[in-house]
Amino acid sequence: MSAVAVLIDHDRGVPSSGALEALTAARALAADLDADLDAVILGDNDLFDAHGADLVAACADYGVAAVHRGRHSFLADYGPDAWGAALAGFVEAAGPVAFVAAGTDRGAEAMAQLAARTDLPLVANCVNVSPAGSPPEGQPGPANGDAWHITRIQWGGSLLEDVTLTSTLPLLTIAQHSIEAEPCEGDLIHTTVADFEPGLGPEVQQTLIRDRVTLTEGITLSTAPVVVSGGRGVGSADGFAPLEELAELLGGRVGCSRAVTNNGWRSHSDQVGQTGTRIAPEIYIACGISGAIQHWVGAMGSKNILAINIDPEANMVTKAGYAVIADLHEVVPAICDEIRRRRDRPSSS
Amino acid sequence: MRILVCVKRVPAVGSRINVTDDGQQVDTAHLGFTTSPHEECAVEEAAQIVERLDGDDHAVVVLTLGPEASTEQLRYAASVGGNEFALVMAEGGLDWDPQRTAVAITSAVRELESAGGQFDLILFGNESADGGNFQVGIRVAHALGRPIVNGIKGIDPHERGFTARRETDAGYEVYELEAPCALGVKEGINLPRYPTMKGRLASRKAQIQVLDSAADADAGGQSRVRLHRPPERASTTVQLGDSAAAAPAVVNLLDELGVL
Ligand SMILES: Cc1cc2nc3c(=O)[nH]c(=O)nc-3n(C[C@H](O)[C@H](O)[C@H](O)COP(=O)(O)OP(=O)(O)OC[C@H]3O[C@@H](n4cnc5c(N)ncnc54)[C@H](O)[C@@H]3O)c2cc1C
Ligand SMILES: Nc1ncnc2c1ncn2[C@@H]1O[C@H](COP(=O)(O)O)[C@@H](O)[C@H]1O
Repeated sequence: MSAVAVLIDHDRGVPSSGALEALTAARALAADLDADLDAVILGDNDLFDAHGADLVAACADYGVAAVHRGRHSFLADYGPDAWGAALAGFVEAAGPVAFVAAGTDRGAEAMAQLAARTDLPLVANCVNVSPAGSPPEGQPGPANGDAWHITRIQWGGSLLEDVTLTSTLPLLTIAQHSIEAEPCEGDLIHTTVADFEPGLGPEVQQTLIRDRVTLTEGITLSTAPVVVSGGRGVGSADGFAPLEELAELLGGRVGCSRAVTNNGWRSHSDQVGQTGTRIAPEIYIACGISGAIQHWVGAMGSKNILAINIDPEANMVTKAGYAVIADLHEVVPAICDEIRRRRDRPSSS
Repeated sequence: MRILVCVKRVPAVGSRINVTDDGQQVDTAHLGFTTSPHEECAVEEAAQIVERLDGDDHAVVVLTLGPEASTEQLRYAASVGGNEFALVMAEGGLDWDPQRTAVAITSAVRELESAGGQFDLILFGNESADGGNFQVGIRVAHALGRPIVNGIKGIDPHERGFTARRETDAGYEVYELEAPCALGVKEGINLPRYPTMKGRLASRKAQIQVLDSAADADAGGQSRVRLHRPPERASTTVQLGDSAAAAPAVVNLLDELGVL
């Protein structure tokens, strides 16, 4: 049976969360096409000995009919050339009807390598995919029987683009967080496992990971339950001290806008937005940030937003669920004081 | 050392992006243009690498594909460390599909190299700010037979090539590439300089070579139907106060959300 194949991008055996979202999106696509859902996982013998069973079990949960394990000593760790070449070998041998991956760093890069090697088009960051036939509801334009109709994101999610895709093998990445990962319901199908050995030349070794450096342990900006961010309104690097204090009191992390990193007040690893980090905390506290669209796309995944700004018309204020219209230099210390006051006297509440 | 940097002209959008009535482009009637942040950092990185070297046979070459107006981005690059400039002329090129863009840039690179010698390093942005196709650099590098790694936030040149660092959630990964090679860089790799007086002068004097390598580039398999805005999340903003006296209300909210 024909199959929609999905690359399971992983880091040393741990699949990315995007890979499970991609599986969920590809499962719907496979149903549309009346095709199987297959998975492709790349590694070496040691990796599959240690993580193979878990990876296959995860695929089974998502309704994968067959897991294709690409085994090679050059696939012991990640490398864009090694992954791209292995995928090119797979699509040539297996002939899937579509090939899908997550729009993660690795998913996007391996798919671009595959596209370059096969000279096929690659549609990046799809949010909606309709296989050949009539265009989906609400999408104008002539029906092109052979073309797929796809909606993808531009500007990091600020804009959508409807495109047609004409290709012998559609290559797609799925925009991260555009779909929730959902395992299959009901009885699981039997998942088969097959190994293939991609032919990899020594040249792919040049882009293998040589070394790793760990800098942060524990919560990161992208996983923090609370993010307290400052923008140009904070005024200086020192001005971040009360924000640091508030983040500390709430077990969160400090973020910032690009105006702040451009001024050298904080490191770029703290930047929220299109060219920074996408966050999804329980609450985002945005202090002195105007809410430009490139900042907003990084913050819009937050469950709640509190804007502290002197300008009631600021985009951040009008888009936020909660706002305090006042000077952040007065409000933030007052919030810290109030938290400490309640914690010091818990019985009085 | 010769380093090539590929930059794209993009509209400088503010709090929302408007689309033209025909849905084919971002409405730029009231907008300026800029270079994508990743690529601005790529120019800065190239300038820093070259400035650290002895001798004067080094150059930062900056290339852009687009309409004639894209010379604005090349002139800006001239004011912040670029030395040579190439415009790959393509009237509607800013909205081209990534395959077509890559084919045209590849043939432009070949032309520049046959005249001026091989580039030791070609820098791209991790992704373009508007299209975000995550592939033009990788396609170009592959067509030229050069290794490339994307997502790079640190570059150290050494005798035979470059050590490159890629940021992850917890730290970074290290890659070693031999020259000639290519890298896709991300904002944060450096803090781009502002144009100086001397830079502004250089910008005015910059000679821009115009290439017609885009003429033969055919459209790829991805074709635009229309652009549109995603539905906006409707929100009514609850005002918790207009002074520091709002603090108790804020802490009540934090308490309700269970983050206190
Ligand atoms: C391609 C591209 C990508 C980009 N990517 C990003 C990105 O990833 N992240 C990002 O943040 N930006 C990004 N930007 C930049 C973005 O367009 C804005 O320039 C930037 O977000 C503005 O930062 P800001 O809100 O801190 O500054 P401003 O826009 O200057 O806003 C400052 C705000 O502070 C308020 N304020 C001033 N004083 C006080 C006070 N005492 N108390 C309370 N409020 C006060 C003001 O009312 C105002 O609303 C990108 C731009 C481009 C072109
Ligand atoms: N029109 C263009 N002119 C010059 N460089 C470009 C152009 N389009 C894309 N690039 C380069 O390719 C990178 C990736 O683009 P993309 O595949 O569109 O995300 C960009 O960051 C640029 O460095």
